[in-house]
Amino acid sequence: MSKPEEEKWKKICKSKEERPKVQEYKNWTELPPIPISLPLDGSMGRTGDWRTFRPVINTSECNKCGICWMYCPEGVIQKNEDGDYEIDLEYCKGCGICATECPTKNIEMKRESEM
Amino acid sequence: MDLKEEEFIYPGTRACAGCGMALIYRIALKALGPKTILTVPASCLTVLHGMQGFCSTKLSVLHTPFATTGASASGIVASLDDKGLSDEICVVAFAGDGGTTDIGIQSLSGAAERGTNFIYACYDNEAYMNTGVQRSGSTPLGAFSTTTPMGKDGHKKNMPKILEAHGIPYVATACASYPLDLYEKFQKAREIKGPKYIHILAPCPPGWGYEPKDTIKIGRLAVETGFWPLYEIENGRMTLSRPSKKYSDEQKRKPIKEYLETQKRFKSLDNNTVQNYEQYINDLWSEVNQRLEREQE
Repeated sequence: MSKPEEEKWKKICKSKEERPKVQEYKNWTELPPIPISLPLDGSMGRTGDWRTFRPVINTSECNKCGICWMYCPEGVIQKNEDGDYEIDLEYCKGCGICATECPTKNIEMKRESEM
Repeated sequence: MDLKEEEFIYPGTRACAGCGMALIYRIALKALGPKTILTVPASCLTVLHGMQGFCSTKLSVLHTPFATTGASASGIVASLDDKGLSDEICVVAFAGDGGTTDIGIQSLSGAAERGTNFIYACYDNEAYMNTGVQRSGSTPLGAFSTTTPMGKDGHKKNMPKILEAHGIPYVATACASYPLDLYEKFQKAREIKGPKYIHILAPCPPGWGYEPKDTIKIGRLAVETGFWPLYEIENGRMTLSRPSKKYSDEQKRKPIKEYLETQKRFKSLDNNTVQNYEQYINDLWSEVNQRLEREQE
């Protein structure tokens, strides 16, 4: 293996936490030399940038049924230590399924520019 | 809720906002668990995984050419058999409707005929969506696609029926709007030996022409109008799934127009086509009801 290829491998063979994010690569020539891919969050970059409307959970009124968590296509809604549901805004694409499906209507879609 | 908390896909995938397929994939992987090998042909799912170098799935995924999904699954099962791991590890082929009904049907048919111990899951978004909405064998009557600008001529291919004719032990249909039903079906399929086939309706916001927030609503309408019956066929015996049970009665079904009106791809439908749809749904359900009656005797 040539030297630049070895360096590429050193970068990618780290644990998930140490591995560089997708957006830290300058161009495709820095990618690993053979067509094998390793799991990483944000394989498409910060998909939160796609969002026009931001879902906001009204935690005081929420009955914690978990329906938003079940229907979220991205899996960005997670329970935190207090048992409340939290949305990872770095990756939430803002589709609005959670707000439509919430049985108590406690999720509101707010325009990003107004936040 | 009995869904597993553990996630097998990392957030930040390349799927569109509100993608029905991404939801199906997430729920299916929860049901299948960590001891799973996936094989994926060219489809929206390949796009979901991201660029080369990174992958959004925590499990082993093999990306294969379009026509070889069934064959590659057979190959993986054969190598697992050789190592004595085939009881532990589940092989799952995850393909789109184009890769199942059109291009991949011969290798799928071959794998089903050989009795390969694997699950074939087809997420059906009713056209070739990742290349820009071209018509597939699964596109429904009158639906717009870039290759059928005036609406498709015929009805969609009944793929579960074709697979059932292979005499495989488990065939099921599911829908993205009923994740618990989908979860149960994948868990059941994992326990059965032999080829298993699950056909899942996946609403697609850009291809079908609706707001991303309505994905669940539209999938639910497809079941409530009777357009997409949910059932399981185990060893030749059919059972209706819970969400679809009450729609075997014609009076309880919603009018098909409600489903068609929500999507831009059905914009050019005339009254004749709507009547054709009503006839199609009635025929579909009378066949299902007759079969259920016959099997009860």
